[in-house]
Formats: sequence, structure tokens, C-alpha cells
Amino acid sequence: MIEVRRAGPRTTVQDLGRPGWAHLGVPRSGALDPAALALANRLVGNPADAAGLELTLGGGELRLTRAGTVAVTGADVEIRVDGRPGDVGRPLAVPAGAVLRIGSPRHGLRNWLAVDGGIAVDPVLGSRSTDTLSGLGPPPVGDGDRLPLGPPAGPPAPVDFTVGRPVPDELWLTLRPGPRADWFTADALASLLGTAYTVSPVSDRIGARLVGAALPRAVAGELPSEGVVLGAVQVPADGQPLIFLADHPTTGGYPVIGVVDDVTGLAQARPGTTVRFHGPQR
Amino acid sequence: MRIRPVGRHALLLDCDDPGQVERWRAELWRRRAAGELDAAEIVPAAGTVLLDGVPDPESTATRIAGWTPDPVTTTADAGTVDVPTVYDGEDLPLVAAHWRLTVPQVVQRLRDTEFRVAFCGFAPGFGYLTGLPPQYAVPRLPTPRPRVPAGSVALAGPYAGIYPTASPGGWLLVGRTTLTLFDVAADPPATLTPGTRVRLVTR
Repeated sequence: MIEVRRAGPRTTVQDLGRPGWAHLGVPRSGALDPAALALANRLVGNPADAAGLELTLGGGELRLTRAGTVAVTGADVEIRVDGRPGDVGRPLAVPAGAVLRIGSPRHGLRNWLAVDGGIAVDPVLGSRSTDTLSGLGPPPVGDGDRLPLGPPAGPPAPVDFTVGRPVPDELWLTLRPGPRADWFTADALASLLGTAYTVSPVSDRIGARLVGAALPRAVAGELPSEGVVLGAVQVPADGQPLIFLADHPTTGGYPVIGVVDDVTGLAQARPGTTVRFHGPQR
Repeated sequence: MRIRPVGRHALLLDCDDPGQVERWRAELWRRRAAGELDAAEIVPAAGTVLLDGVPDPESTATRIAGWTPDPVTTTADAGTVDVPTVYDGEDLPLVAAHWRLTVPQVVQRLRDTEFRVAFCGFAPGFGYLTGLPPQYAVPRLPTPRPRVPAGSVALAGPYAGIYPTASPGGWLLVGRTTLTLFDVAADPPATLTPGTRVRLVTR
């Protein structure tokens, strides 16, 4: 059992999500950086798809009621086990009753925390992830919550440390135009590929909202709803692009000008971070 | 039908009309079940079918271009769901004004229509039901209601829909049902899956 003494500003249970249900309107959900969660799981001896915690801006204070192994991946953050410092990206032994504190990231935004045995809340449609769009899965973690743990699956990984990915000041994303680039003027694609955007503070697990040059439409009117993918750059009526992340809706009614290859860098992009796009040939 | 690339691992089948969407949806589901198509998601919508989680979209697009959707399979797999409906929605007079009918005539038309789930979206288990003639399309409310109760039967654009859970919404309310539309313990979890025929019946 994990006793949540302080949940932090925005903490949810996440695994690798619930793909396969988009035709029923069920979002994929899952960790915003699946590789970082999988790494945390491997460090504590869990299968890669075990459920852990995704913390946004840290701030967690957790007490384990049994002895366990814990690993934190993602942003560079201060970790303390009963006051003793621990490192991001390596297995940490936590005695029964000890308190694990996770500070506020020095750079970046999010951390993934795995505990041996995994968080054993009831799965919904094959996943324990909190879906912040539809409300499927457990509610966001709150102060005073008690989260069940599964039985430890295997020994922790025999590693001393792993190398984290640095958080760049400027995030470069590979963009493939389409499926609805033809709904925009040629200038729109040139602006998107040639000017800098910044991450807006209203970004969340559903999408990273960007602020910058507006993307003018060549085709007026409404696009009938169509299926959208992770990384789709949707352009609402105000012309400011929005990049869909894990909790994105399954269909959308605004045209998608292009699709980003890899959105995991956005999981660490604080509001104000510069985002630039380049084409796939670069 | 035109196939548009979507990122590295998806394809969008841009169809000519909703009938073609339904034929391709059924064809692609059948091909996937037969092991002839590798796609994590096949998502029909108003005028398109999205294939997501496709390992090799380029060769998949070439193969799809060589397929002809079988018109016979469209109706073969579709079950029918009778949705017991109480027609007491507060927007019935508004719908009657749009349709230039009386409220009892509107209810009669809704009861007599054989709907079909064209696609799901908006919320888990929310089916967009087609079957009303195009001239019966209605606008959404200018300001959405902050809370529409679960089970509300409503109209917007050319579609009818039933709210599986309470949520904000701008569709015009014509009635309500106590039928469960989304249950995570059921298989499938949604009562109204794409292709299903639907009748909004009164007891």
C-alpha cells in the first residue's frame, strides 16, 4: 500500500494506456512518456506495462506500508527517502514505513514513479490509467489516498544509474504535413515550419497548446468530425495550433495540418518553452 | 475514396459519402479479423475511416487501393438495439419548429426512423446515429447546457445521439432512456457500436 500524504499539484496513475477502443470513443491515455515509465518499471523489476505514478511539477510525499523498491524517472528532481537523498533513474530501497519525498523539478515538468509490484488499482478496459478527458480509470491522486500495490514481480535491475534525457530550452519536433494541410494556405505551413511557437500554460494531458503565428485557412467552413492520432497538430478557429497528447479525443472537428513524429519531449515542456518544427527530410 | 497519409503510422480513408464510410469500415474490420490487415485502431467518422497503429502504411495503402468493399457485408454483421425512450425532452418544441411539424408528429417520426450507428466519438459509448432525412438537420444550442443528464436522447446536425454519461452538451433534447450505453465490464463496453441498427421505441 502507498499512503499518499501529499499528492502534489497533478498526479495520476498511468500505465501504457488502453489502445484498441478508439472506435467506441475511448481515448488511448497512458503515460505521456511511455519509455520513461517503462524504464522506471524495469529498474524496480516490474514488467514495462505495470502502473506507476505520473507527477506533474513533483511535490509528492508518499509512505510505503511495506518495504519496497522505488524508481523515479523523467525530470531532474530532488528525491529523499526519510531525509536521505536519492537519485533520478536508479532503484531506491525504501524500508517499510519510510517516507519518500519528491521535490519540484529543477528542469522539465514530469516524473514517473514505479514501485515494485506496481500500483494495483482495478483495471478499466485493460488499463489502470487515469483518462483526464473521459474520466475512465482511477480519479487523479489526492492527499490521503491509499493506493494498493501488487506482489513484487522480480528482483530490481542490477544497475547503478541510467542516463536521463536532458530537457532542451528549445524543442525541435519532426512534422509530417497532412492529412488536411490542403485546408490551409501555403503561408500557414511555411509559418509552422519557419517560425517559433511557445507552449501555452493551458496545456495538459489532452494537448500541448502553442502560441505563435496564426495559421490561416484556405478552406472555410467546418470539417466533419474525423479520427485523430497522437501528435496530430489540430488548428481550431483561432489559428493557434494544438498538439494532441495521450488523453486526446478520438475524433475532432478541426483540420489537422500535420502530425508530429514523437511527442514525448512535450511531456517536459514547461509553459513558455520554445517549440520549432521541421520536416521529415531534415 | 482517397487515401491520405497521417504521420508515420496511420492512414485516413477519405470517403465520398457516409455509405462508403460504412462499407469501408465493415470491409476493414472483416479484413483485420481475417488477418489480412494490421491496424491497432479502425475508427470510422462522418466522412472518413482512420487506420492507426499501422506498421507499414505505404504498402498497406497500396493493398487497400486494390480492395473493393463488399456491399453485402455491410448489413450482415449489424445487430439491432431497441432503445426504450420517453419522449419528454425540453427542446421538442424547438425541433418541431425546425421540422415544421407538431410535437406528436416529431415523436412519431423519431419512433418510425431506423437509425444506424455511423461512428462513436465525443465520449466513450456516444454513437452518432444517422437515418434522419437531410432536411431534418437541426443546429446546436448557441450556448451548450452545463450538464445534460445521462440517457438524454438528443439531436444535432444530421445526427441523433444518446449521452452515455452526464456531461456538458449543446444537442437538442428530445427524450431520455434508462438503457445503459457504456459499461466497462461488458463486452463490448458500448451498447451502440458502429454499424448497429437502432430504434428509439416507446413501450
